Amino acid sequence: MIRRSLRGRVAVAGVGETAYYRHGQAPEPEFVLCLKAILAACEDAGVDPRDIDGFASYSNDRNDPPSLATALGTHELRFSNMQWGGGGGGGAGAMANAAAAIAGGLADCVVVYRALAQGQFGRFGQGSRANTITGDSALTNPYGQMSPAQYYAPKAMRFMHEHDIGQEALRAIAMASYHHAQANPRAVMHGRPLTEQGYDESRWITEPFHLYDCCMENDGAAAIILVSAERARDLKQTPAFVLGAAIGAGYRVHSTQAGFATPDLASSHFKTVARHMYEMAEVGPTDVDVVQCYENFTGGVLMSLVEHGFFAPEEAMDFLKLENLLAPSGKLPLNTSGGNLAECYMHGLELQIEAVRQLRGQSTSQVAGAKVSLAVAGPMVTPVSTIIFGSEAVL
Amino acid sequence: MSESYLPPGLPIPVPEPSGLSAPYWQGVRGEVLKVQRNPKTGVYQWPPQWICHDTQTFDVEWVEVAPTGVIYSWTRVWHPVHPALKEVGPYIVVVVELPHAGKVRMLGNLLGDPRQEVVIGAPVEAVFEHHDDAAPPFTLVQWRATDGKAG
Repeated sequence: MIRRSLRGRVAVAGVGETAYYRHGQAPEPEFVLCLKAILAACEDAGVDPRDIDGFASYSNDRNDPPSLATALGTHELRFSNMQWGGGGGGGAGAMANAAAAIAGGLADCVVVYRALAQGQFGRFGQGSRANTITGDSALTNPYGQMSPAQYYAPKAMRFMHEHDIGQEALRAIAMASYHHAQANPRAVMHGRPLTEQGYDESRWITEPFHLYDCCMENDGAAAIILVSAERARDLKQTPAFVLGAAIGAGYRVHSTQAGFATPDLASSHFKTVARHMYEMAEVGPTDVDVVQCYENFTGGVLMSLVEHGFFAPEEAMDFLKLENLLAPSGKLPLNTSGGNLAECYMHGLELQIEAVRQLRGQSTSQVAGAKVSLAVAGPMVTPVSTIIFGSEAVL
Repeated sequence: MSESYLPPGLPIPVPEPSGLSAPYWQGVRGEVLKVQRNPKTGVYQWPPQWICHDTQTFDVEWVEVAPTGVIYSWTRVWHPVHPALKEVGPYIVVVVELPHAGKVRMLGNLLGDPRQEVVIGAPVEAVFEHHDDAAPPFTLVQWRATDGKAG
């Protein structure tokens, strides 16, 4: 029987981004940003844009594949995919779907993309303006729980309570992103370093999250071109091979709005998902050289790192010290581009790109000789997803 | 209408057109707290579903439960994301577990000083907060610590 796996069969051939802007500041329509990111990824890969035959995205991206294929003049459309649910949790899922389409013969050249222009459209972190509300939201919004930070704060609060984890752990995660952003000229927070004092004195958003525990909201677009491993070896860039990927959630994880009812409340919901990813990849946490872990909120990163096996909850206060999280030589370099907190909130696709850059040796905070590079999509926002890339040497 | 914990202007909860959650919203108007239970197995579930998740049968029943619980988790909100809450914070949102009803959990505000210490595991009791002047009228289940420290 053929082993069902993506390992070594598909690779990232190209990555592309627009400039990153503060939210509402993009000078162009979202669709144009999307096209420009895709063209940049094609240029990076050395692929003719007309040869793209598949499109994959997540979080109900507004730029649909038929429109993109028409605008780009692609020869034909063979794969059109939207990862259902999960918001930023779907970022690695879109990558996995693209890889599965290529491995399964549905398409040859798939672009994963995400575009956001929040001036043109709405913002995420605002409550509903409706007069009446039904369903799960009716059980939360009337109590003033109506934004992602407010929905997820009790999950982190419970986890920190159960394992006696202090605010310093969240602070180290935030400071790692800001530290790496100072080396990255693309980062929105480039030139704006964060100190311990700056973190401690920042206002609460919703406990246990200070301002710096919460992601930015930004405008821009990002795109990633995936092709078969064989084809990637003939293209311009050093391929980043997909080793393993997984999507999902554990038992009865409710909607974001009814998240309070989820039996395993104090979780990022990677317990089952990370296990499947590692099994496919045939590597474990000790093999990982560098991690990009989606920071919607630092408490989600804390739980994701635990659930990906990097340390036990009771070790969190020792492990989550800034020096351990910094490139080039920390124990586990984390969010080496600045991530959602300090590079750009491109809904986590910028983290996927950074994971690829680490394997190419192109990061602005490079981990020397990185061979295994992990990219974790939005924690707590199920279905969550995670993907791990490897260099040729790992295959 | 008695004074509410949060000011008026937030979205008003109403049952869906399908009526799935209507027994809950009708119950709390009369200060009765109801959740769902599987009549065959006694397994509770909340929020409401059309089907019993443990036996995949559609004979879900609504049962009254004692309006008490313990604080399972919480957050204190400082940054408002709705116009009705500008200049209002902080306020406390608590996740309350009902040990006597299969450990189902509900959300609410913790009444009393918004800067009070919140203790996970502390016992709480429900306070039915009636919004009789709203259109349509509704009732929220709020929570008050029962250890004598707050509320």
